[in-house]
Amino acid sequence: MEGLWDFLRSLHDAYGINLVHFYDTFERGRLLRGMWTTVQLAATCVLLSVLIGIIGAWLQGSRFKILKAFVQGYIQFFRNTPPLVQMYFFYFALGPQMPRVENEFGIAQPILGSFAWAVISLSFFAGAFNIEIFRSGVEAVQKSTVEAAESLGFNRWQIYRYVVLPLAVRVCLPALNNNLVNLIKTTTQAYAIAVPETLYIASQIWSDRINVFEMMVTLLTFYLILVGIFVWLMTRLERSLRVPGFGQ
Amino acid sequence: MSTPASNPILIQPVPAPAQGESGFLASAFTPRALGIALGMVACLALAGEAWAQLTVGGERPGILATLWKWTPLILLGPPREFGGFALNILVSFLAMAIGTVSGLALGLGLISKFAPVRSVSWAITQFFRNSPWLVLLFFVMLLTPFQMRIGGVTIPFPAWFKATIGLALPIMANIAEIVRGAVNSIPTGQWESAESLAFSRLQTLWRIILPQCVKRMIPPWMNWYAILTMATPLISIVGVNDAMTLTQDALASEQRTELLMPMYGMLLLFFFVYCYPIARWTIRLERKYAVRN
Repeated sequence: MEGLWDFLRSLHDAYGINLVHFYDTFERGRLLRGMWTTVQLAATCVLLSVLIGIIGAWLQGSRFKILKAFVQGYIQFFRNTPPLVQMYFFYFALGPQMPRVENEFGIAQPILGSFAWAVISLSFFAGAFNIEIFRSGVEAVQKSTVEAAESLGFNRWQIYRYVVLPLAVRVCLPALNNNLVNLIKTTTQAYAIAVPETLYIASQIWSDRINVFEMMVTLLTFYLILVGIFVWLMTRLERSLRVPGFGQ
Repeated sequence: MSTPASNPILIQPVPAPAQGESGFLASAFTPRALGIALGMVACLALAGEAWAQLTVGGERPGILATLWKWTPLILLGPPREFGGFALNILVSFLAMAIGTVSGLALGLGLISKFAPVRSVSWAITQFFRNSPWLVLLFFVMLLTPFQMRIGGVTIPFPAWFKATIGLALPIMANIAEIVRGAVNSIPTGQWESAESLAFSRLQTLWRIILPQCVKRMIPPWMNWYAILTMATPLISIVGVNDAMTLTQDALASEQRTELLMPMYGMLLLFFFVYCYPIARWTIRLERKYAVRN
């Protein structure tokens, strides 16, 4: 490893390619922490938004009109407003209304930090899309399958949980994949409310070390790799879930 | 627009999957949904109003009066300057125009017969599709000059224009994918019959294939326009005087916490009112142009 850092240092001396965020221990440390924060943020949001999608799609099949209308309003509101403004709304408008707790130094601080608000706002944003995606999958499930389950004495939740959802997930995986990739890319917006994720740390480094171009390339490469890994995982999931006799 | 009736070489398209990325949303739109969403916003505003009644005395102007006072600024920007929500719309128009034209070229590169062109176009498309918008925006903002000298002429690049380019890049890549998808959805028979009538490849593409693609491309294209419009507040992060920046400025000058929810709520409402009809219209076109099977 030392050899590599020395090589990168020599690149700076000889050609002016400033990759200080790799060979400097401090910069590397904070960049890695930023990347880890991005991964945590992305993973939490992906899980929560999928959960919102599953529950929302179930609620949409509900008998209660008011419940359906509420889910519908939620979807339309979050789909048709900018995610950045949503995030500001959550963090700056709802955040101060929350109760405050004392931290270990005895100073009052909001109960939810910027990371938590980023998770909440991004999950609700992507969740609205996920409900639609899951619903499209639910609608693709054959009616006769549901009737067969009914005749076997499954109740509504059991039908959804054991029959409809497993089939629906397989149908809507490609669309879900698209939306979750989009969600991972949208985590950069947490920059706006100062979540120390990769973009935020990167902007700190490029301001301190004046290596905007090198930092940008690193940043873009990082996101390409992150999205690449996610897509690879999802493709594997898709393949392992494939039902013989469907698709090609 | 070529239709089978007016153009004899066109064969009735065989059933193909609809190209819309959000075709499944068709039944999601009901007038009631609009009502509910508007109701949610109104509730937020009322909650803020009630909160204000409880917490502050009567000396200050009410929430609604304050919102009304700032509305012209947030919609149109400061006097004698261009900004605010109008700038968001202008940026979205320009970025869409630039993105569409370059995306069409890139999309044609994706289906080129010449392998190097194809792979370069593929790499560009993948790069811009998979990078976060905000990172691309920073990329363009920080790494392009603020003005350029060509000969004796100095061409200025104001921040909002650079931001437009930054937003046009991901649009370009996604439009390219739409073009590729649409061209691939045209039955091979169209190409073959054109070939048998001695059309060159360029002629076939321009006069037979692309005219048929337009209909299929319109719904996803509009979908991307809505996504782009909802991404325009990002330009506030890189220091452009858009509606988001001005809302924050207004809040900073008012210094009243009870205004936070109504002000941000109002901004959300502006975007909702602009984007929701577009989304509904997209769904309608999608249904209309869907290939029946």
